[in-house]
Amino acid sequence: MSVQLATVSLVGVPFIAAVRLSAHRTTGSSSRWPRSGLRDSTAAGAGLSRESCRGVNPLPHESQRLTAPSVAALLLSLLLLGAPAFAAEPEWAALPGAESFTSVLRFEDSDGKVRVAPFELMTTPVSNAQFLAFVTTHAEWRRGTAPVIFAEARYLENWSGPLSLGAQAMPQQPVTQVSWFAAQAYCEAQGARLPTWAEWEYAAAADATRNDARSDPEWRERILAWYSKPSNEALALVGQGEADIHGVHDLHGLVWEWVEDYAAMLVSSDNRQQLDPDLLQFCGAGALSTDDRENYAVLMRIAMLSALEADDTTGNVGFRCARDSAGARP
Amino acid sequence: MNPAAVEPLRRSLRALLLMLTLLGSGNVVAAATDLPPDSVYQLDAPLSDQEGHAFQLADKRGRVQLVAMFYTSCAYVCPLIIDSAKGIEHALGDAEREKLGLLLVSLDPARDDTAALKYIADKRKLDPEHWTLARTDEANVRKIAALLGVRYRALVDGEFNHTSALVLLDGEGRKLASSARLGAQPDPEFLAAVRAALLAR
Repeated sequence: MSVQLATVSLVGVPFIAAVRLSAHRTTGSSSRWPRSGLRDSTAAGAGLSRESCRGVNPLPHESQRLTAPSVAALLLSLLLLGAPAFAAEPEWAALPGAESFTSVLRFEDSDGKVRVAPFELMTTPVSNAQFLAFVTTHAEWRRGTAPVIFAEARYLENWSGPLSLGAQAMPQQPVTQVSWFAAQAYCEAQGARLPTWAEWEYAAAADATRNDARSDPEWRERILAWYSKPSNEALALVGQGEADIHGVHDLHGLVWEWVEDYAAMLVSSDNRQQLDPDLLQFCGAGALSTDDRENYAVLMRIAMLSALEADDTTGNVGFRCARDSAGARP
Repeated sequence: MNPAAVEPLRRSLRALLLMLTLLGSGNVVAAATDLPPDSVYQLDAPLSDQEGHAFQLADKRGRVQLVAMFYTSCAYVCPLIIDSAKGIEHALGDAEREKLGLLLVSLDPARDDTAALKYIADKRKLDPEHWTLARTDEANVRKIAALLGVRYRALVDGEFNHTSALVLLDGEGRKLASSARLGAQPDPEFLAAVRAALLAR
């Protein structure tokens, strides 16, 4: 296994380049947009004190528009119909979170320590069956109906039709070929959201017996073994992977997963800029470096996610939803 | 079938139908289906401007827009973003300028309330006939940023790290061009694109 690790280490940078290229859209018309290298720094001189803005609530969340009758109707129908009618209903695991979780991403402003509040995470990635149930009730997200600005031409292209899965998409396989916008919309329809990167990374640090197994070489090897598998094999069904200590399956070994703040995960110049000077421009206190160069599995995720645009879809990116503890967001 | 057995089923179906109707009324995609599929205005995000008036992105339909993201407490880049947009405005002739809208959307809904937006609009003497400084909720900030190609991250100290771009939208909300150049001297290519877009209207 040490030989394999060494290989991964040597090919790390080209791999990231390859991910970057393969993740880039092959259809659609617009090209990558230029981005500047400037960054905003301390706020002090902006002429407006923060205090003057305090105490004013932001606009209500979409989910706050759920009225009491609609919630009642939801609960009522759940009670009346019972579980069988909701075979595709997602299951949730409660994760305790951590006051100070050490992310593999070490942003200079936070020194890599992030607070992860208690949250709930779907125990498996969203399946084709679950996503089919969603587009059945949300016609605007069907293939061929969803505006291309939210989901490029390859959106759900592995399904046999807008409302049928077909031979290339088993009901219990994870849904892939979904854009960030579509994933976000699915989660919102569940009264949920996509997990943040910190939540995802925190959840993915666990194994069957530990909250954080990342320092264990065996854990790393097991995860890396997945990345060495050819990606042209059919995806396994969701939930086949061993449950971790929180009861969550498949964080490694099945698909890459969208996160809410995927666009914030820019990798700094030391390991990316040489590949694409246009792509990564953050500098100064917000710059990102990696604290843990041995953790290739997670670094590859970051390379993959940061190369995607929100309307991109690929055959190996799926998602699962998260929500704040104690049920859906208010 | 026994009517007593059918009744609970009928109730269930009714409840399900009601639920589906309610779930289906989400506002992720704009109701205005005659918008082009590649229009940014497909996003049905609840915004409010520096006067506190509620509006939707699609309300900007019909006028060429220069769009950028910013936040009012930012010291360096954000004033430059406003300078850049002003630079474009000033480089245009009177007739051209008259037809251009400028939309700045805050990345910082927690702090940028209506008063904060109004303060900057007044301080920078931004003509409300043309300039809209807007805020929305956090989830929609992410969506708008994603549509515009702006990447950002909230820093621990409350600042934002973000890429900067002026984005040119045609009257239907389709992205025509973008410019990362900041400052009062406009990027000539981008300026030409703005002129062409205004001419096309």
